Amino acid sequence: MNNLNFKKIFSDNIREISLILVMIVICFFVQFRSNGKFFTTENISDLFTETAVLAILAVGMMMVIITAGIDLSIGAIMALAGMIGTTVLKENKGISPIIILLIAIAVGIVCGMINGALVSKLKILPIIATLGMMNIFRGLTYLVSRGSWVLQNDMPSSFLGIATGQALGINNLVVMALVIYIIGYVFLNYSRTGRKIYAVGNSEESAEVSGIKTKRILWLAYTIMGAIAGFAGLLYVCKYGAAQGETAVGYEMNVIAACVLGGVSISGGTGKVQGVLLGALLLGLLNNAMPLINISAFWQEAIRGLIIVLSVMSNSLIQRNVEMKALRRRNI
Amino acid sequence: MAKQVVQADGTRIIEKERAFSWKRFMLQWEWLLLLLLVIVNVLNVSISPNYANTNNIMNAMRDFLDKAIVVFPMALVILLGEIDISVASTMALSSVIMGMAYQAGVPMEFAIVIALAVGAICGFINGIILVKFPELSSMIVTLSTMIIFRGIASILLETASVGGFPTWYKSLGWGKVGPVPIILIFVIIEAIFFVYLVHYTKFGRRTYAMGNSVLVSKFSGIKTDYVKLIIFTVTGLLAAVGAVFLASKMGSVRPDVAKGYELDIIAMVVLGGVSTSGGKGNILGCILSILVIGFLRYGLGLVNVTSQIIMIIIGTLLIIAVAIPNLKSGFGNINWIKNLKSNTKNTSKNTNSINQ
Repeated sequence: MNNLNFKKIFSDNIREISLILVMIVICFFVQFRSNGKFFTTENISDLFTETAVLAILAVGMMMVIITAGIDLSIGAIMALAGMIGTTVLKENKGISPIIILLIAIAVGIVCGMINGALVSKLKILPIIATLGMMNIFRGLTYLVSRGSWVLQNDMPSSFLGIATGQALGINNLVVMALVIYIIGYVFLNYSRTGRKIYAVGNSEESAEVSGIKTKRILWLAYTIMGAIAGFAGLLYVCKYGAAQGETAVGYEMNVIAACVLGGVSISGGTGKVQGVLLGALLLGLLNNAMPLINISAFWQEAIRGLIIVLSVMSNSLIQRNVEMKALRRRNI
Repeated sequence: MAKQVVQADGTRIIEKERAFSWKRFMLQWEWLLLLLLVIVNVLNVSISPNYANTNNIMNAMRDFLDKAIVVFPMALVILLGEIDISVASTMALSSVIMGMAYQAGVPMEFAIVIALAVGAICGFINGIILVKFPELSSMIVTLSTMIIFRGIASILLETASVGGFPTWYKSLGWGKVGPVPIILIFVIIEAIFFVYLVHYTKFGRRTYAMGNSVLVSKFSGIKTDYVKLIIFTVTGLLAAVGAVFLASKMGSVRPDVAKGYELDIIAMVVLGGVSTSGGKGNILGCILSILVIGFLRYGLGLVNVTSQIIMIIIGTLLIIAVAIPNLKSGFGNINWIKNLKSNTKNTSKNTNSINQ
């Protein structure tokens, strides 16, 4: 009995376990090749801090992808929220950083609601709707900034403390990411709305028939994504100490990659919070490790792309294998 | 006139032959595009008095036709119900390899052939992955190949650029035959070819069938894998052709060439009335939307509208274009939109079904 349970746990989490194994292999390989530069407290804390923003975004993106959608506009929402937040800050120096954070989240929510309305009410294909909104948000960022940058010396230290400060010896960003993961885990697994998101992603028609207000759930998913993107945008700006029109260009690709690596199926309905966390960590690990073993920056993009395509392909091979096994079991 | 037709599922329907209706004819999407085109051009003329001479218009067209080359194959991809966002990266990779081949001493003619081959290979890679893994969405596959192709281009050239091409090559992008730019002649030939291919050949009808349902097409004997592979390969090939013209116009190649072109190209296709869920749309719409977006950009450039506002306008146009057919289901019942919708879906209204 015990043995069987162990097997079941293993086969249910094969993806997460193999991700962890891959990460361990990479860690030791890099440690070996870089003459011990990897396992230092500094590098490890760097790794987690660098990955935090990406990991936060991946939770939101996961919800959107579970509904069988996608959000390409998050890089632009990040830039817009960061720019509006810091512009307000620049004009009223004494303002509390918490209010700036709330402003950025509010901007994100508005952007997310627009995306959600386009997808749920007007039934526009998510990729097209968010592609169009990406242009619009990015353009608005330039309009707000009038082409200028908000730089570190325009930001008071209390604001910069959001990203650089520590709580219990751990960087604030990492703490925030952990909190968001716990909330995300509970929300998606133990709340009614969270389960409805999975239901809508599996089959919108069945969800509709069983009395779920699918439009509202879709709208909610994009709004949450927007709120998280606004929040993460401010953290991003705060961390790198500059808000500009080009902030986080193409960042959505990294976030989608983290989700795909973490086993979220683009066709919707499946995906685990813990998987996405591992996917984001693996991506962060690669970003951290490649410079350590002297892979030039020019190679990194191509390698990242290759990893995404290989992981989706192996993912679908595993899936086929599982389905074949299920069929065979039925025959017996 | 009533005519009995047996449908595929065995039910018999009586189909009244649809009489020519001016109302239906006038409510076609293409008229809206034509109207937009006229409005854009009237605005352009009123803004700049020098606009309306042949020379200026020809020059304006030269600016956006390198994208137009890729619009037609992209229309085929979207008709299939798929999407290819790696085209801009394919353009970058093929032009970078062309530049490097030329730099390494390969004659320009062969360098161009190499570029075309690279483009076709890129498209083939997309196609073969999608054929072998039909459960993967084309978006995620072309998203990763987009990163890979651009990544390879930047591995090859890093931040350098290659230039100094022979003069005859430069005249490919800038040259004219009489008053007509060479690139315009190419696009016209391409457009005629695609109108023929999509609307008058078996291949085109098969594409529409696959856009409606791949499974049904497969069971009715269409070699769906083969069609998909060809369409993606042709897209890659024509992206390389676009890259050859673009590089000729710019006079040098860099790994970040054509960045963001995929958005413009998809916007042109979607504004042209091709449905992103596949199986609906035509090439004429694409031709008109190329002209609308192209002249719009040119006109906005004339009055010094910044590229950021142009971005907002193009994004808004894209969303409005896809939203209009869906407005009815979103916000109540609006009459003229209902007409527009029933026009695109020419079923149910004029047919009575009788059970056998």
